[in-house]
Amino acid sequence: MNIIFLLAPFSILLALIGLAGFWWAVRNGQYDDPAGDASRILLDDAQDVPEPPL
Amino acid sequence: MALTYDAAAGLATQDRPGGRLELLVKGARCAACLGKIEREIAAVPGVEAARLNLTTGKLTVATGVRAPSLADLIERLEALGYPAAPYDPGEAAIAADREGRRLILALGVAAFGAGNAMMFSVPLWAGLFGQELGESTRTFMQWASGLIGAPCALYAGMPFFQSAWRSLRKGRANMDVPISIGVLLTLAISFFEAAIHGRDTYFDAAVSLLLLLLVGRYLDHRLRSRARGAAADLLALQSPLATLLGADGERRVPVGEIGVGDELLVRPGERLPVDGVVESGVSSFDNALLTGETAPQPVKAGDVAHAGALNLTGALRLRATAASADSAVAAIARLVEAGAQTRSRYVRLADKAAALYVPVVHSLAAATFIGGWILGLGPLEALLRAVAVLIITCPCALGLAVPAVQITASSRLFRQGVLVKSGAALERLAEIDHVVFDKTGVLTLGRPSLEGADPRDVALAAPLARASSHPLARALAAAGPDRPMAQDTVETAGQGIEGRIDGRRARLGRAEFAGVEGVASGETELWFALEDREPVRFTFRDSLRPDARQSLEALWARRITVEILSGDLPGPVAEAAGALGLKAWAAALTPAGKAAAVRQRQAGGRKVLMVGDGLNDAAALAGAHAAMAPGTALDASQNAADLVFSGESLGAVVLAIDVARAARRRALENFGFSALYNLVAGPMAMLGLVNPFVAALAMSGSSLIVTLNALRMNTAGGRK
Repeated sequence: MNIIFLLAPFSILLALIGLAGFWWAVRNGQYDDPAGDASRILLDDAQDVPEPPL
Repeated sequence: MALTYDAAAGLATQDRPGGRLELLVKGARCAACLGKIEREIAAVPGVEAARLNLTTGKLTVATGVRAPSLADLIERLEALGYPAAPYDPGEAAIAADREGRRLILALGVAAFGAGNAMMFSVPLWAGLFGQELGESTRTFMQWASGLIGAPCALYAGMPFFQSAWRSLRKGRANMDVPISIGVLLTLAISFFEAAIHGRDTYFDAAVSLLLLLLVGRYLDHRLRSRARGAAADLLALQSPLATLLGADGERRVPVGEIGVGDELLVRPGERLPVDGVVESGVSSFDNALLTGETAPQPVKAGDVAHAGALNLTGALRLRATAASADSAVAAIARLVEAGAQTRSRYVRLADKAAALYVPVVHSLAAATFIGGWILGLGPLEALLRAVAVLIITCPCALGLAVPAVQITASSRLFRQGVLVKSGAALERLAEIDHVVFDKTGVLTLGRPSLEGADPRDVALAAPLARASSHPLARALAAAGPDRPMAQDTVETAGQGIEGRIDGRRARLGRAEFAGVEGVASGETELWFALEDREPVRFTFRDSLRPDARQSLEALWARRITVEILSGDLPGPVAEAAGALGLKAWAAALTPAGKAAAVRQRQAGGRKVLMVGDGLNDAAALAGAHAAMAPGTALDASQNAADLVFSGESLGAVVLAIDVARAARRRALENFGFSALYNLVAGPMAMLGLVNPFVAALAMSGSSLIVTLNALRMNTAGGRK
């Protein structure tokens, strides 16, 4: 039964890490432009792709 | 592109020599637009990086030491096909952004608190059903649950506490008052119970209550901020740049910078940015959005011109007589403001429910405490039961009942091309029983179309008409067959156009221009003369929207009365009313006259929906119980309206009324369900039959039912 005194704080610590991550993401503006981020992944980075030979 | 993820936010803080410009871009909707805009703007000399927020349409540009002007960037964007305007976020917009973030954070904290407090509550609930749970373990679980739950509840509850405090200071009690009292009292009693090794603690209930309520609150915020974004778009794009004629030639400047006495160039197709006097040039104005008049108005040097008129045919030099803020538009804006104030007195459904709910529940709790004590329960047990009444009847379902319905209803309307600006707008729209239509641009399409002409004449004239941008010529060209354009065309502003069709000289325009003597040329007709033929006359008129009649019949079927209030001349209004089978109409009304007419109907007890598009409708729109404007309307009108619909179909008006009424029905059903639930739960709590497990079940259960009922909005009433 004593294991609970280790496991309970540990589970809360894990959840706190998750909460801190969420906090950071919101304050960092990651929820400010959901539509743009969804589209941006479709863009090819022009500089990285060499011109196709004709 | 060498941009890190957080370019837009980082630009502000980074130590760089250059500055930062912000623009509002309209029409960018996809990845391709995003890529094109960022690439092209980043290529402008002086620009270091550009980042477009696709959700808000805001383009943030980081500039180097030699920054390009805003006007340069706007012209570049316009060349790409995206209208743009300088973006100057008002205090309100910044505050709303902050509130949105605050709500997301509160939501995250509440979710964390609810999950983790509940982790310790589950063993406690198991203990309630005869499972072995020693007193020391139970107390440990209670304290663990409390130490996690209480701070989270205090943080996540801040939006509610603040709003409750504001409302109490004004001597009123809104829905947040019972929520705040319930949460704070629950936390206090639960700590007390844990301290005296009692059985019942409600930490998880307090946090999950806030979690569910925050979901409702966040949905409401999303609805409002999306609508506000659309409204800001419109306002900013009114007429972004004007052409100033200075000593150093032409210069494009933002409208706000124009001063009295400046000389401006207004090209055909542009709207007048400010009031002024015409210095030189001949043209005609389309005043349809200003006054509702259909016929173009001829102008020449010396005439007074009002901001908002559309210049049709010739380039004009204009001497500004008022700055942008003092122009005729601003006078109407003041009328709009006055109208909006009357509307803000409307009490929302949820607040009406709170006004009923608060006294009932709080006197019930007080009665439980006093009655229990008198009946011999002991002060502690009586207090516990009174708190149980507050917790179990806490307006969780009430808090979700309205926002859940309204967000479903407005996203359904959004898919059909109708933008809803606020939840209150839907509530007011559901109540209307009388619709006032403007004629030009609402019942009609707001542009001329050819009437009863010989197809052979049209075919002959169309090649010449195609060379002109005058609206009448464009209507003529659209009616004709697809043939090559006339050659050697010369357009004389305010007169007509001349050219060669298959080698034969032809003229199209006013009567005297086409060589017809002694005929007074009207503004809704064109004369066409071909070298060796008798001149022919084409007449035009503004045609009704294709489904206007059908939509009016649909409104009548819903027992809604309809009338036309127009600023146009009696002739065309009577004609349109006749074609639609309408007897109630009034013509030649001033903007103030329209607003007064609407006010008079409302004083007589009618709930009026105003549908209008012109600047002359703006005051009436703001004063009406509910207001709709088509997407083609002038910005001032779109701002004054609660709902904006796009497309050619007037059916959107009927659809919006139907959806608003269905939403009201759903919301009332939800209230009915909440009342029923409280009718059962209240007495149970008074009798001491409620324990923490029952409270948790009842609370999430009732919220779930309310939300599911709201989602029925998506299918109710048939989907097209």
